[in-house]
Amino acid sequence: MSDVMHHVPQQILWAHAAGALPYGFSVVVATHVSLCDACRAGLEAEEAVGGAVLDQLAPAALGPDLRARTLARLDDAIGEPAPPARSGIFPGPLVQALGGHPPRWRHLGGGIRQQILSADSEGSLRLLFIPPGTAVPEHGHRGLEMTQVLQGSFSDATGRFGVGDVQIADPDLDHIPTADPGQPCICLAATDAPLRFRSLLPRLLQPLFRI
Amino acid sequence: MVMMTASPFACAIEPRQPSPALALLARFAQDAPMQRVPEPSSMSDHTRLLVAVRDLRDRAAFARLFDHFAPRLKAMMLRGGLGDGVAEDVAQEVMLAVWRKAHLFDPHRAEASAWIYGIARNRRVDQFRRRPPPQPEMLEPYRDDEPDPAQILALGQEVVRLRAALAALNGDQAQMIEKAYLGELTHAEISKQSGVPIGTVKSRIRLGLERLRHELKGLREP
Repeated sequence: MSDVMHHVPQQILWAHAAGALPYGFSVVVATHVSLCDACRAGLEAEEAVGGAVLDQLAPAALGPDLRARTLARLDDAIGEPAPPARSGIFPGPLVQALGGHPPRWRHLGGGIRQQILSADSEGSLRLLFIPPGTAVPEHGHRGLEMTQVLQGSFSDATGRFGVGDVQIADPDLDHIPTADPGQPCICLAATDAPLRFRSLLPRLLQPLFRI
Repeated sequence: MVMMTASPFACAIEPRQPSPALALLARFAQDAPMQRVPEPSSMSDHTRLLVAVRDLRDRAAFARLFDHFAPRLKAMMLRGGLGDGVAEDVAQEVMLAVWRKAHLFDPHRAEASAWIYGIARNRRVDQFRRRPPPQPEMLEPYRDDEPDPAQILALGQEVVRLRAALAALNGDQAQMIEKAYLGELTHAEISKQSGVPIGTVKSRIRLGLERLRHELKGLREP
């Protein structure tokens, strides 16, 4: 997809290649890479470094029969599952995170819907459905937030984000993302800390909806 | 530094012209399937062995890959915090996955070591998490009908440069990069690192891979 305007920073691709990203961010990166050839190339470059590091590592001693035991198992008929395929607007890694099911939306009010895909001490990952022209309540971030657009587009003070684009929001950004007119905006959002809402009602509802 | 002007990894940004080799291959590909194994001499030893595993199910080639990678994979898992027994089990699992997933290996986009590192990284992450790590979608494979020795050679040469650049780093820098890839740094620790000294080599590899993709796309779209 050549019209991706907002990419994953190289530092985050590096952390993903090193396996250091929390689950939610790693799903966003894998989803973005499935839509963006430039970031795929960036990720593969980082993995090339991983390969060079592996190659230069001092070997550890193996158990004496490990080689024979491994060669004896080559005929075992355990198939490796194929990487999950795309389904509609949802790239393979997201289909995988959804467990192969279509989203099960829950209403958040104001026409906004979401499905939580994971929420734990590492952070959260959720799908959001925002009707055209609707704003997400103004919020800031305690940590990092990554939002990948899958359908439609949204805009905030920092710009416009369309299909394929990813927005990286850090603790300095307070924003009111608003879905543009046209199609409902569907995006995948990951955080490594709860959001901070400016007004009371969303704050009260926050524990309930785990956003 | 040797410049490879005709290669997809040449580092100056030029208009995206398909390389003559690619254009020729694409023309052939429309009429008849090409032979799938690219010229072996353009590949690194380990990449050649992995292609033999992929195309010929060559057990001797697999055994040689095992001898090189299994002890290093175990070392990687030990550094990543696994105990001796588990580290050895995971090293074995990774090697078995190499055998089973070999049909997915594409030497245009990765050297054997990078591809095996990716599998090992996923297995390591798996050890610490309930959920399997997300896998990017496969690219539409083009290895069946469009082998491009020039691309594979260029990637191999960049990886040689990358190794040299890693070897030339001072102790602290080398240690930091190693720690990151071996699972000893958190995301926060990695994001604090800036001005990584091997950035230039990395961006050249990135640019080459990106360009290849554009060239192939351009050739496919009428």
